[in-house]
Amino acid sequence: MYAAPVQDLIDELGRLPGIGPKSAQRIAFYLLKAPSEDALRLSHAISLVKERISWCRRCFNVSETATGDVAGQSECEICRDDRRDKTTVCVVEEPRDIVAVEKTREYRGRYHVLQGAINPIEGVGPDQLRVRELLARIDAEAIVEVIVCTNPNIEGDATAMYLASLLRALPVKVTRIASGLPVGGDLEYADELTLGRALEGRRELA
Amino acid sequence: MSLYRDQGVALRHYKLGEADRIVVFMTAGHGKVRAVAKGIRKTKSRFGSRLEPPTNVSLLFYEGRGELDIVSQAESIDHFRPIRDDLGRMTDAMSMLEAVDQTAQERQPDARLYQMLVAALRTLADRERRSPLLVAAFYWKLLSMEGFGPILEQCASCSAPASGVALVAFDLTQGGALCRDCRQGLPVSPEALQLLGRILGGGLAGALQEPDSAVTSEVAALATHSMEQHLERRLRAVHVLDHG
Repeated sequence: MYAAPVQDLIDELGRLPGIGPKSAQRIAFYLLKAPSEDALRLSHAISLVKERISWCRRCFNVSETATGDVAGQSECEICRDDRRDKTTVCVVEEPRDIVAVEKTREYRGRYHVLQGAINPIEGVGPDQLRVRELLARIDAEAIVEVIVCTNPNIEGDATAMYLASLLRALPVKVTRIASGLPVGGDLEYADELTLGRALEGRRELA
Repeated sequence: MSLYRDQGVALRHYKLGEADRIVVFMTAGHGKVRAVAKGIRKTKSRFGSRLEPPTNVSLLFYEGRGELDIVSQAESIDHFRPIRDDLGRMTDAMSMLEAVDQTAQERQPDARLYQMLVAALRTLADRERRSPLLVAAFYWKLLSMEGFGPILEQCASCSAPASGVALVAFDLTQGGALCRDCRQGLPVSPEALQLLGRILGGGLAGALQEPDSAVTSEVAALATHSMEQHLERRLRAVHVLDHG
């Protein structure tokens, strides 16, 4: 239907998550009409990310390969930062969750990205996650506290309970982030499970 | 678009777009329903944890034009808290939800299946005791409801009565227990066949009181194998923590 290069572009865009054939066609024609430098900037950004970004060898966050580093052997900015507390590890599901925690400015330790969560119905088990690597870090890095910061949904809770059962045997404190009401929300709209957990985790006022 | 009310257990969900999810429900009046829950992944979503599996909820749906409906309102009936606080119970619940998701038909009302699922989840949420046979019993009852209840009182192949011959094997594709001459499938002990007979023959409450033993493990393994044979696929939730 279209010239081969245009069709190839539509096909490639159509392979991206959430992009259907119509959207792929729309984006392809936007790129065709856009000035060359705009389209090339996008293509350059994609190649640069594939060349320079790999998983941090320590925490599996995204990491930029510094000059002279062997690909796949580099550490992310957070792991390289000497000012951070090396004895505390915050376990998250995805690198995106690190950004969310970092925005709070409340946490100064290191991270560990599992790259997913246990999902029994989808058949995702501990073997597909970076669990073994987390266990290896506990002793090697003399970690004192592991904060399990997985999502408060069924998969995140299953992952947290599984990690707790494994870490129980090790000399490390295991904590789970609190679960409760969002600031600015109305109590009457809170669901029973969230409100129940919020009551359970109540704190004494000064 | 019209609105309709129903009650349903959330079976599973998939991410959709930025902050939405497609939630699959086993409902009392409309069979399996797939519906979009808008904005559910945002922390301030009005749905909160109400649509997390295996919650039983009272729902108000917008009937969509296509395959998907839209969840308009949700009110918890039971959120089965003890299941969410225990990894073993959670895996058991997921094993049952997966089997229901695979067997229930979309938009085909099946109130018995919904009621059986809710009853099984309630039993699983009992903090006082946990039966090693609950998932197995649920699978056997589900297979019976589907019309695949096993033959236990005679050889499923040659019809020789159990009083005359020893039934030594079990194969669901053959119809149930098999004698020595017709044997195929998995070997089975007389104790396991007896326990299976109690589960399917009105002695479920007593069978669920059985402590963990070689016989309960045998019946559980047989249930998983038979369910997998019936579905013609491997059940993921049952095996996911096997190698953990």
